[in-house]
Amino acid sequence: MTTQRTSGRRKQAMAAAAVVAALLTTAACGGGNGDEGSKDGAAGFDAANNKVAQASLAKKGGTLKFAGAQDADSWDTTRGYYGFMWNFSRYYSRQLVTSKTEPGKAGTELTPDLATGLAKISDDGKTYQYTLRDGVTWEDGKPITSKDIKYGIERVWAQDVLSGGPVYLKDVLDPKGEYQGPYKDKSADKLGLKAIETPDDRTIVFKLPKANSDFEEMLALTSASPVRQDQDTKSKYGLHPFSSGPYKFQSYNPGKDLTLVRNTQWKQASDPIRKAYPDKITIKFFSNANDMDARLIAGDYDLDINQTGMSPQGRTTALKQHKGNLDNPVSGYIRYAVFPQTVKPFDNIECRKAVIYGADHVSLQTARGGPVAGGDIGTNMLPPAVPGAEGQKYDPYELAGANKKGNAAKAKEALKACGKPNGFKTTIAVRNNKPSEVATAESLQASLKKVGITADIDQYDGSQSTGIIGSPSNVKKKGYGIIIMGWGPDFPSVQGYGLPLWDSSYILESGNNNFAMIKDKAIDGLFDKYVTTLDDAGKTKIATEINHKVMEGGYYLPFVFEKFINWRSSRLANVYTTDAYSGMYDFVNLGLKSAK
Amino acid sequence: MTELNKTGAAVGEPTSDAKAPTAFLEVRDLKVHFPTDDGLVKSVDGLSFQLEKGKTLGIVGESGSGKSVTSLGIMGLHTAGQYGKRKARLSGEIWLDGTELLSADPDHVRKLRGRQMAMIFQDPLSALHPYYTIGQQIVEAYRIHNDVSKKVARRRAVEMLDRVGIPQPDKRVDSYPHEFSGGMRQRAMIAMSLVNNPELLIADEPTTALDVTVQAQILDLIRDLQKEFGSAVIIITHDLGVVAELADDLLVMYGGRCVERGPAEQVFYEPRHPYTWGLLGSMPRLDREQQERLIPVKGSPPSLINVPSGCAFNPRCPYADVPKDNLTRTVRPELTEAGSRHWAACHMSREQRERIWIEEIAPKL
Amino acid sequence: MLAYLIRRLFAAVVMLAVIIMVVFGIFFLVPKWAGVDIAASFVGKQADPAAVEAVRQKLGLGDPIFVQVWEFFKGIFAGRTYAAGGDVTHCAAPCFGYSFRSEQAIWPVLTDRFPVTLGLALGAAVLWLLFGVAAGVLSALKRGSMWDRGAMVIALAGVSLPIYFTGLLSLAIFSYGLGWINAEYVPIEESFTGWLGGMILPWVTLAFLYAAMYARITRATMLEILGEDYIRTARAKGMREQVVIRKHAMRSTMTPILTMLGMDLGALIGGAILTETTFSLPGLGQAVLNAIKNQDLPIILGVTLITSVAVLIANLVVDVLYAVIDPRVRLA
Repeated sequence: MTTQRTSGRRKQAMAAAAVVAALLTTAACGGGNGDEGSKDGAAGFDAANNKVAQASLAKKGGTLKFAGAQDADSWDTTRGYYGFMWNFSRYYSRQLVTSKTEPGKAGTELTPDLATGLAKISDDGKTYQYTLRDGVTWEDGKPITSKDIKYGIERVWAQDVLSGGPVYLKDVLDPKGEYQGPYKDKSADKLGLKAIETPDDRTIVFKLPKANSDFEEMLALTSASPVRQDQDTKSKYGLHPFSSGPYKFQSYNPGKDLTLVRNTQWKQASDPIRKAYPDKITIKFFSNANDMDARLIAGDYDLDINQTGMSPQGRTTALKQHKGNLDNPVSGYIRYAVFPQTVKPFDNIECRKAVIYGADHVSLQTARGGPVAGGDIGTNMLPPAVPGAEGQKYDPYELAGANKKGNAAKAKEALKACGKPNGFKTTIAVRNNKPSEVATAESLQASLKKVGITADIDQYDGSQSTGIIGSPSNVKKKGYGIIIMGWGPDFPSVQGYGLPLWDSSYILESGNNNFAMIKDKAIDGLFDKYVTTLDDAGKTKIATEINHKVMEGGYYLPFVFEKFINWRSSRLANVYTTDAYSGMYDFVNLGLKSAK
Repeated sequence: MTELNKTGAAVGEPTSDAKAPTAFLEVRDLKVHFPTDDGLVKSVDGLSFQLEKGKTLGIVGESGSGKSVTSLGIMGLHTAGQYGKRKARLSGEIWLDGTELLSADPDHVRKLRGRQMAMIFQDPLSALHPYYTIGQQIVEAYRIHNDVSKKVARRRAVEMLDRVGIPQPDKRVDSYPHEFSGGMRQRAMIAMSLVNNPELLIADEPTTALDVTVQAQILDLIRDLQKEFGSAVIIITHDLGVVAELADDLLVMYGGRCVERGPAEQVFYEPRHPYTWGLLGSMPRLDREQQERLIPVKGSPPSLINVPSGCAFNPRCPYADVPKDNLTRTVRPELTEAGSRHWAACHMSREQRERIWIEEIAPKL
Repeated sequence: MLAYLIRRLFAAVVMLAVIIMVVFGIFFLVPKWAGVDIAASFVGKQADPAAVEAVRQKLGLGDPIFVQVWEFFKGIFAGRTYAAGGDVTHCAAPCFGYSFRSEQAIWPVLTDRFPVTLGLALGAAVLWLLFGVAAGVLSALKRGSMWDRGAMVIALAGVSLPIYFTGLLSLAIFSYGLGWINAEYVPIEESFTGWLGGMILPWVTLAFLYAAMYARITRATMLEILGEDYIRTARAKGMREQVVIRKHAMRSTMTPILTMLGMDLGALIGGAILTETTFSLPGLGQAVLNAIKNQDLPIILGVTLITSVAVLIANLVVDVLYAVIDPRVRLA
């Protein structure tokens, strides 16, 4: 108790010192936070983290320059799955509803986009109806109709041609898989999906076979974007998507560069959320992340399209010399180790607990990059931005508290209870292409050694993870008792995060993500209850319950609630991070301070 | 006899007289030493001889005896193009037509090379540049010393090729060395050497790489050309047979020094050094029965770093114990008279050697 | 000479066919034997069985292997059509495959990126030949001198330091630090000076590595050649030493350098992966690296083929130059 209080006090003192230091720094730079900016125009450290920096300085015009180390999986609205692609796609595609263009948690709320309002829900949450706005148009000036939206959603069914994107809409609207997708559709207008009705060009009605309380979240996904049939180039659509937003594709060379220019047919009046400040938006792809960071710091580019944090080298320089250009948001990802129950002795909860207690959580946090670049010690399995999350307040194993340096006594106790008082041998599986994951595996290996658990590290080909750790039979065969992984929400809800991880029906022979092989009727039941619960308070409560059940099962050893350090150039205005896209900057409304 | 020889010899005893010599080529106490990691290699260690125009000197010895080093020393090729610090050390004097070469300006010596003195090398295949035609290489040799057009030089090259007996010289002039036979190549090489009418021609093992019939042709060619141009010729060989008929004088080298020297017939028919006997024994002769084995000189050439004390030949000499007081192993023998203009460096008395030659060696040959 | 050329050309064509077979085998047969589903590795994060099946159909992976090889060959000369699930993709000749990741035919990707790599390789080659050969010759002529030792130490450093080190260092100093060079790639058709600015550091970095190798080889070869009999002959003719070096020694020294140059250029044209990555040059090497990251097999296959062809052509050119330099080769 005493030590805890001291450490609490110390933390407070340090926090205070940090604040003072930050104030001094910003004062020295000649400006405060917010709209004034410092001498070099940087808004200040964390000035755009969950709040809007320099909103009033945004001018119309100029070229917004993104840099990136990784191209999107696809710019096709149906096929893209990378978070930054979803974020960026708002420049050229609109949905019925979308996330609010507001900082932080407010960004996770939905707001009407093509639709005049949020859904009119009836029939116990099984019918959703929308009316389209006036004046919404494609890049050739033709109006966007309800049929275009339906066709766009139907494309999700054509997984044989348009693979890669999320399939929530398909699972919810057509759980039995009756519809064959628009390319095999026998009906004349190719709009044969029964679950969506388009009584007229401005009305669209979704009829769900079974209610799902997150359905509107799914309609906010990029994969629910409209696509016009006569513009559908099928598998090649991602090379030049037909724009419904304020910008359209001018040129795209995969892996090299992408340029968007204004869509002159887009009308501000028809769009309640997009500000469309710059005239032109470019992305240049780099193959050398260090080079890219150096160019960001040099001011050649405005921000990183990938939004995965700076490389260690760039981060060090930036923290030292340009702290005012950095934000340190929470990413929405949790980095963790998971214990497949099919691998002995992890079928026994006590042996799982032995690993959880035996691990040195501070060392794991350091391996991830420390408190700033890595994140706070993870104490449970629900990302802080997801409704129902409690953050570090819920810490059933005291991972960030009493046991943060590892608790050998408790680990030994657990081992005894597990029937392995002298420890055991196991294997840690880790992707070979993620240095910080390898570092955490090594940290874990070292601390487990102290309690008598000998762990070998198997670094497998990270690009092949679906076939290696995604195959339960392979995991069992290789004896992977501990798998190092990370996960982020597809949309901010316990369903959008945890369903594939924890629901027994999501155990797959290949591409499995329920690595722990959780078959808990209570958890399955809670998910069933969740999708039929329509009120937010009820949903939040269930989310919390699911998280508790997962933690009590001891299936996971969370490492960190991931944070990263992102760069924003001094030219940027109206810049803020949003939880809608896991702590990334909200791209769609970024502006430049000068049109040059 | 002695008095006469000391004053009037064409090929005379080394003289300590520092004055400019009267002979066309005179080498005095030439030493060529190479510093190596293992020590100083004394390839040539005090060699002297003279040569007049129109005369031919044969230098004979095993490989490593210093004969090639001597010829390169005269040509100045030890210092030209020797890069780095491990340069050959030359001392003594080389007088060519009144000019001392070792102390002369290297560029002056370069200008003499190819014009006043020229050289024919042992293996014409490796001595000719594989990438240039025979013609180009002769033209080049000519134009270095003659300010003429390529056309003129080419005509000269064809003329030279014709002179050395290459058929269709106007066509063959454009051939590459690899397109020639071994004998033809050596003829071309000779043509190249003689293109500037040199007064001194050094032929270093000119026939070793050739087969026997061609050997004779080449030697005839050299003799004819010498008569025509009146040059002084040095023929270097390990094979006494090569020089037997060609040379006016012979110089036998062993371990970097001269062991016997004199008019060719004398050295041939009255050799006065056990090493020369050995060489004669190892010489193939047409008039001998085939099955009779050659008598080689037993043992291997001496180390040039740790030269045996006394007579360098003593470890291999069957008569090393003939002189008294272990003399052969302690004192280096100097050249002493062994006949008319004939010298040999041996501790055995002249009479002893005469007797051994007549009684033991000559009958076996 | 003509017979020689025809023979070399014929050999090259045969070699090319063999290469295509081997490459095809590596990419399509070996995974099959290893039990890896090629189709699955073409599909994204959620490996929907329908998507895997569609790729299987498009690639014709179900066909017998010789049919697949035939289709592949045919595609190069006549183009190829991939069809599955109502989606038809035509890949025009010369079709070196089609990337289902980026939905692009491979050939245009290669032709788009090839000039970048070619520019990089040729520019660097000019630099390294100039400096490497000159340094090597000087070192050989001044063997054991301070110059020689200094040059060889630098050469050793050049050979041992990896591109990503020297490259990043040069970027850090000249681009980020002193700001002399922008060092960002600009296509030559956009701005020639911009292109030069963007290429100068990659050229120098790449040339440093190769110049070091060439200096060492040149020095060793030169020293060997200087010991040749025909060099002594040249001197015996009374030739000036500079002429001996220039006319007689250099020509022979060029032979092994030419061989190396052919191989190196060929390999570089296939993609100077490290250099292109370090300097973010959009060349073949970068394409291949991206492709490896994204598991984009057709691109890797295409670049592998292009590399092989480049090496082949480079060797052919070297063979011809050889014959020009060394008359003996013409007979062989």
